Amino acid sequence: MAKIIVVTSGKGGVGKTTTTAALGAALAQAGQNVCVVDFDVGLRNLDLIMGAERRVVYDLINVVQGDAKLPQALIRDKRLDTLSLLPASQTRDKDALTDEGVARVIGELREKFDWVICDSPAGIERGATLAMRHADIAVVVTNPEVSSVRDSDRIIGLLDSKTERAKNGERLEKHLILTRYDPGRAERGEMLKIDDVLEILSIPLLAVIPESEEVLKASNLGSPVTLNAPQSAPARAYTDAVRRLKGETVEMIVPSEKRSILGKLFPRRAA
Amino acid sequence: MASGNNSSTAVTSISLTRPSLPLRGRSFRALVLAPETPLGDWFSHLDALVQRSPTLFSERAVILDVSGLAKDSLRGDAAGPEAAEPAEDDTNAAAATPDIAGLVDELKQRGIRIMGVEKAEPAWLGPALPPLLSGGRPAEMAEPEAKTPPETQPPEPVKPPEPRKPNSLVLETPLRSGQSVYHPEGDVTVMGSVASGAEILAGGSIHVYGALRGRAIAGAGGNPRARICCRKFEPELIGIDGLFRTADTTDPKLRKKAVQVWLEGETLRMAALD
Repeated sequence: MAKIIVVTSGKGGVGKTTTTAALGAALAQAGQNVCVVDFDVGLRNLDLIMGAERRVVYDLINVVQGDAKLPQALIRDKRLDTLSLLPASQTRDKDALTDEGVARVIGELREKFDWVICDSPAGIERGATLAMRHADIAVVVTNPEVSSVRDSDRIIGLLDSKTERAKNGERLEKHLILTRYDPGRAERGEMLKIDDVLEILSIPLLAVIPESEEVLKASNLGSPVTLNAPQSAPARAYTDAVRRLKGETVEMIVPSEKRSILGKLFPRRAA
Repeated sequence: MASGNNSSTAVTSISLTRPSLPLRGRSFRALVLAPETPLGDWFSHLDALVQRSPTLFSERAVILDVSGLAKDSLRGDAAGPEAAEPAEDDTNAAAATPDIAGLVDELKQRGIRIMGVEKAEPAWLGPALPPLLSGGRPAEMAEPEAKTPPETQPPEPVKPPEPRKPNSLVLETPLRSGQSVYHPEGDVTVMGSVASGAEILAGGSIHVYGALRGRAIAGAGGNPRARICCRKFEPELIGIDGLFRTADTTDPKLRKKAVQVWLEGETLRMAALD
């Protein structure tokens, strides 16, 4: 039986899809059988980040509505044969997702894989609530920035009320991944510090992904950052996150500022 | 926080005066009288009713529903709560205008004062008449008992008010952005934080044992003795008994401190707890 992870944030553009792809690839690299599911119907992106956009025939909507069988729609990754993608439809909208259809597809995926990672659309509407409904674990992606943090707080409230687990009185694991973190800017007060975000959201920290050009580079190449540049700082942070998800205890490496000699001589004043 | 830069006296609390006239909403229960034609019959029924229970209309708000009077809209009356259809035939419209002023006078002679008129065309009402009301919803009203003999019955014994039960709400989890807690009677205690974008409305006091970053409105429904206490004061808006302050108009020196907020007369006061 698979564990269902929803990657969600409330706000758009904070790195949900990047995180979904990176976690999925890292789990598959660790030998796990993984499916990443794009729930962003109408604005699909995960296929691009995974480099599978030329191989999409059927999508989530076709399976939900019974026009295609699940194995027909699943796209196996060319680099990792334990990694599959269930793409979203770009031509339909979120109303095409039915409660029963989604429940059935998630049920089938649960049988086939060890991990199912659902890439939630931004927002708090139907698409987002359907993506989180069947989750066992929620990964909340947040940028160190006030509007992203507040939107994440809103999403955590929904996770505690709209998911099946919450409705059944069961515990839903919630984890925070802080993305695009720049220690220097946080130190200068241009960005929220890790502790500020944790204090507001009060959920356990799964990883801090440093701001890095590797992430954008990997996205444009259609390769998850954990595959494309496994030794880069963001890839290592995602790999550690996956080990924590699997239950290992891994020391949290918080990005710190690399100071030049000049910077050490003339330390910047904290705001 | 006592060190005021621009004030010569050391103060322990910040006093802020009422910024503007507070407007409050209330809803009340009203009796609705719906006269029907012919009016003579209806008045005799009414007189009989008043005879049986003389106190029925005293000290009660009474609304006049005139949908039964417009000649062309008798169907509307039978259809119940939905608004009467206006008379469509223009030539008959003037003839269909009921004599509401006369009706109100007749009722006044019986000691029934009308505070508003429902389901009337705006043109039917002059300035001397009660205002036109809309948006009424049906509510239950005790039926007057028919068998009551008028003279011998002593006035209804007034029940002693039930002792107020303590009715506190304790929230063990933080209140997340977008969540709203409405607790019209009693205090609300939050063991965690109240996030930006969350709100608490309490009839009594509000206690937050984490950071208060959202909205807190205590004493909602008229309790000037309610207070707001929190461990870390960063609210978006606070209010007690209809008096409000946004974050912009609170003293920046109190930010992130443990703070209590209370009402002193017409002034919302706030001070650090330690």
